[in-house]
Amino acid sequence: MDSCRVLLDGSRLIVESCVRAGASVYVGYPITPASLIFSYASRRFPIALPAPDEITALQWMAGLSAAGYLPVTATSFPGFALMVESINMAYMMELPMLIILVQRLGPSTGTATAGAQGDLLLLDGLISGGYPLPVLCISDLMDCWLLPPIGLRTAVELRTPVVLLSSKEMVMTQSSFDLRQLPEIEPVRRACYQGPGPYRSYDPGDGLVPPFLPVGNDHHLVRLNASTHDRSGLLQHTSEEAMTNTRRLGEKVEALTPVLYHLDEQDGARTLVVSYDITSGAAREAVRILRSRGVPVSLLLARTLLPVPAIYYEVIERYPRVVIAEENAQGQFARLLFGRRIPSKIRLVGAVGRMVRPEEIVREVLAG
Amino acid sequence: MSLFLTRSDLPFCKGCGHHHVVRSTVKALEEIGAKPTDVILVTDIGCHGIVDGHFVTHTAHGLHGRSVALAAGIAMGLPPGKKVIVYIGDGGATIGLQHLLEAARMNIDLTVVVHNNMLYGMTGGQPSSLTPRGFRTVITLDGAPLPHHDLCRLVYDAGASYVARVLGVGDFSEVLRQALEMEGFALVEVLELCTSYGVRWNPGLWLKALADEAGYTPGIWIRPPRPVFRLPAGPWEPLSPRGEGLLDLPPVEVRFSSPLEERWTMILSGSAGEGVQQAAEILARAAMAAGLHATKKGSYPVTVGVGFSTAEVILSRSPIFYHGVHEPDAVVITSMDGLLNQRERIRRMQRGVLWLDASLPIPETEAEIRVRDFRGRAGARYAALYAIWTVLQEMGILPPEALLEVVQGSSLADRIPVDRWASLG
Repeated sequence: MDSCRVLLDGSRLIVESCVRAGASVYVGYPITPASLIFSYASRRFPIALPAPDEITALQWMAGLSAAGYLPVTATSFPGFALMVESINMAYMMELPMLIILVQRLGPSTGTATAGAQGDLLLLDGLISGGYPLPVLCISDLMDCWLLPPIGLRTAVELRTPVVLLSSKEMVMTQSSFDLRQLPEIEPVRRACYQGPGPYRSYDPGDGLVPPFLPVGNDHHLVRLNASTHDRSGLLQHTSEEAMTNTRRLGEKVEALTPVLYHLDEQDGARTLVVSYDITSGAAREAVRILRSRGVPVSLLLARTLLPVPAIYYEVIERYPRVVIAEENAQGQFARLLFGRRIPSKIRLVGAVGRMVRPEEIVREVLAG
Repeated sequence: MSLFLTRSDLPFCKGCGHHHVVRSTVKALEEIGAKPTDVILVTDIGCHGIVDGHFVTHTAHGLHGRSVALAAGIAMGLPPGKKVIVYIGDGGATIGLQHLLEAARMNIDLTVVVHNNMLYGMTGGQPSSLTPRGFRTVITLDGAPLPHHDLCRLVYDAGASYVARVLGVGDFSEVLRQALEMEGFALVEVLELCTSYGVRWNPGLWLKALADEAGYTPGIWIRPPRPVFRLPAGPWEPLSPRGEGLLDLPPVEVRFSSPLEERWTMILSGSAGEGVQQAAEILARAAMAAGLHATKKGSYPVTVGVGFSTAEVILSRSPIFYHGVHEPDAVVITSMDGLLNQRERIRRMQRGVLWLDASLPIPETEAEIRVRDFRGRAGARYAALYAIWTVLQEMGILPPEALLEVVQGSSLADRIPVDRWASLG
């Protein structure tokens, strides 16, 4: 057969991809527009647990992760807000897990059934103290397949929670799709501390990531701690060893988070279009339209959002004009890159309560 | 010194009941013959919580009020025989009450020890929901105005296997031993007086007198055994995905052709529960059967089963990167809910075709209007699908047979009189 075309949504690909990558437990609490993921996960994950609230969901995930499982959840802002303290805990305890954040229109409960890209800056400041959290972002259906394993692998290899950012239309809209283009998924390999002990939960040796050992194992005692602690996991005030340990949490994420993006540069282009998440589709369409009209233009789609890869600045530096498109009113990615003093060569295209249209990006590119 | 402690002194104020909790815990662990690697102590935030560093066991020092949920996640994934103990205070039990009730309901294999000294000791002595009426605290100098929760009764009613309340003086290791040996959710509430704040604001008050007056009656309450909530396999054993693969979908084979050259966009809007989303999905599949790319996006209010239901469909010969619809080629309205939802869009339409059910008023628009009797001919439940059928008949963008084939291969096959529709034209 030349093709295997089906009509499917991104949620289906995300869940199947997680399972094939070796994610063992899904902990869910229903919330629109992430409920479809919960629904698929309940049919497919080896273990799927309905939690009574999102704080419990994250705490169960932390406990399961500590015991050696690889847990996944999906939520949207109202639920994610409840998870924030527990995500900080998992970050401090260095517990791998994947949190899929499906953005919807805010503030507050906003409109549950309308999409948005409004949570990026929240993620940038999520960890108290300003430490970076790995945030990967889905920009098309293929990413729904490719990014969950990378997110899970990053969570395991860095011993950290990872956020996979998405939005309503990205995971719920159905599209015709050829399944034959999906590559096989390599399961995430997990390694455990094999030393003679005593095991120190936060001793990274010569690297940045301490070896993992599940709590409750029969060989060595494991100490986990959400408060400031030394390499053994013992509570500290602000000792030098403890502060070194805390700094390491950020250093490992900065150094080891995979840098993922799509860059399509065209000779002679003086404008770069930058986007991520659902607006990537409009950006691709805008670039197609412009090139069909003979207008050279380049395209950067960001998949690693945090920590911000240095390459993004290098690419942007090469262009006299940059159009950043995203479905919010503030230009959150532009602010993430440049703060509140966005250089004049950066032009923003945004929308609230609807998708950014390709024509709007085209118009901004041509206005330069 | 106990096998379970790193040192004999403990990090608590002189006279604090927390000493008795720790001494009784390690004695109970010794009596049941537990090994240090069999014990996981999960501590909360509060004076009691800082003792984890003194324990020779696995330890997890978590967040305020969340230790029970964290421990539940650990315990549900461990084999029987491991002892997961939670140390939590009355403040933690207040903010984390939901976690206690849920763990009790699920009968998770935990032993929760509540250090109830009736106030928040670490932050200066504020009242919790376990502070009894009349008990003076730093912010209720005239006495707490409300009665306390009976935590033992709450978790017992929620399904706990073993519940006990003890005065936190002397040796109560026997109660803790029973709790540890009971498989399932166990909670031991230990009544204490905070030597720093409880005694200061309530001079001359004795713990037993306070317990008597407040109705904090010591006792043990045991339920008949019932199943314990555990995961079916450990994390390092192979865990197989369940059910059929989510990608085991029937492929749509290209058996028809379409004259469509340009991208074609349609809005279908009607009432929830009248098959709008299903009809749009069938259209998308029919287009795929004719070799086209297709997307289908749903839009509806947060309620289910009432109000509007709108679907946006894009059909295209080339891949679809952007699946928004701004200026549709076709708008199809099958009910008043749909008309109200799309009123603004219809008013802005400068081109395209508006198909409108015959029961509806004619809206203001520049679009070409075609009134058809969708509801009358197909009934409310299938008006949307019949509308799609009508549009295909009139537009010629897809062979109607493609639609019929998709319908016949769907769950609607027995319910839709497609032959009759075909004869209706």
